[in-house]
Amino acid sequence: MDKVMRLTTERGVVLFSKSSCCLCYAVKILFQELGVTPTIHEIDQDPEGREMERALMRLGCKAPVPAVFIGGKLVGSTNEVMSLHLGGGLIPLLRPYQAFC
Amino acid sequence: MNSPTPQFVPSRLGIYEPIHQIGIWGENFKSNGNPNTSTSVIVEVDNKLENESETTSHEMLTASNNYEQEASKPIDKIQRRLAQNREAARKSRLRKKAYVQQLENSRLKLIQLEQELQRARQQGLYMGGVLEGSHIGFSGTVNSGIAAFEMEYGRWVDVQHRQICELRTALNVHISDIELRILVESGIGHYFELFRMKSTVAKADVFYVISGVWKTSAERFFSWIGGFRPSELLKVLVPQLDPLTEQQILEVCNLKQSCQQAEDALSQGMEKLQETVSSTVAGGPVDEVSYIPQVATAMEKLEALVSFVNQADHLRQETLQQMSRILTTRQAARGLLALGEYFHRLRALSTLWATRPPEPSLP
Repeated sequence: MDKVMRLTTERGVVLFSKSSCCLCYAVKILFQELGVTPTIHEIDQDPEGREMERALMRLGCKAPVPAVFIGGKLVGSTNEVMSLHLGGGLIPLLRPYQAFC
Repeated sequence: MNSPTPQFVPSRLGIYEPIHQIGIWGENFKSNGNPNTSTSVIVEVDNKLENESETTSHEMLTASNNYEQEASKPIDKIQRRLAQNREAARKSRLRKKAYVQQLENSRLKLIQLEQELQRARQQGLYMGGVLEGSHIGFSGTVNSGIAAFEMEYGRWVDVQHRQICELRTALNVHISDIELRILVESGIGHYFELFRMKSTVAKADVFYVISGVWKTSAERFFSWIGGFRPSELLKVLVPQLDPLTEQQILEVCNLKQSCQQAEDALSQGMEKLQETVSSTVAGGPVDEVSYIPQVATAMEKLEALVSFVNQADHLRQETLQQMSRILTTRQAARGLLALGEYFHRLRALSTLWATRPPEPSLP
């Protein structure tokens, strides 16, 4: 889907979310703690939301949200983000986009 | 059949048969003009026990011998009746034995069940509340999922205990690293097995997992989203692992920090979920009789709880895996021993607490 492809190639950290999803909220909190402000797309508030959901799943996300892209590459859902973080691999990926006040 | 077995069973169960038989014989003898023999035989049965049987049988044989000149048919009949008598008495004794055996088994089973109940009560202070609203009222499938888990978890704890003892022995005896590695892999795999079990039962009843009712009370005190806190795990492990290299200290430090951050994120996500469910349930006008829409919407939101439990377990699993990567085999073995021993002590604490003497009431 064009829209999703376009959005994922945006610079920085992109998070596809749903406003009602509490697990997405947890991921947002984590990025906040790491000093990163991701670009958030709430697909439940998007008129093309359904299509976006399908596109995300086709890209390999088991659950459509939360879906994290860093520098255009798919990182994955909550599982992948947590594993990456505990393994020490998340912060290096985020470093270019970190901004601590 | 010709052994000196008592003809007349001393127990109550069999006593009627011989009397009945003798009664018939009595009639026979009476009609043949020998009432005395028959009466005395009946008296024997009433008062005496086994030792008298020979006398009675002797009397009966005497009686039957007196009528030898009569056709052999009555003697055959008598012999047959005697044999039947013995057989009936024997069967009766066997039945009694079986009955007593059954009673003994039931008694033992009862004692066992009482002990189990006692143990369950000590462990499950919340059991009453859970049983009321939870799996008892639901369909058979939910109930069986929980029942299966409880059985499996009981076995899991037993295996855990055995593994801890094995690790302790292995560390004292200084076995080879390869053998130690096998124990370590087995220990870690055992925790992963628990997470798999929890994932299955969470689908059946996520509240059951989150309530922690399947754990002992002290463990429940530390419960975080249906299990132990990963950061707590690290706090318990690390002091037991000295000496660590500089590199290891750094990696453990990073792991502690990222673990804490992930935990905080999930905790806040859970809080958000609570707020969402609460406001959904509370929403809408209260002067309307029907609350179905609110409750139905809340149900949908609650499904996210399963995801949170899975995420929390995933975090526990990742923490264990990372520690296993950072540590040497020997250190990992010490770590597993420390962790297993910690939970074992918490369970012991629960039992001790449950059985502490009641506080004296103030005057």
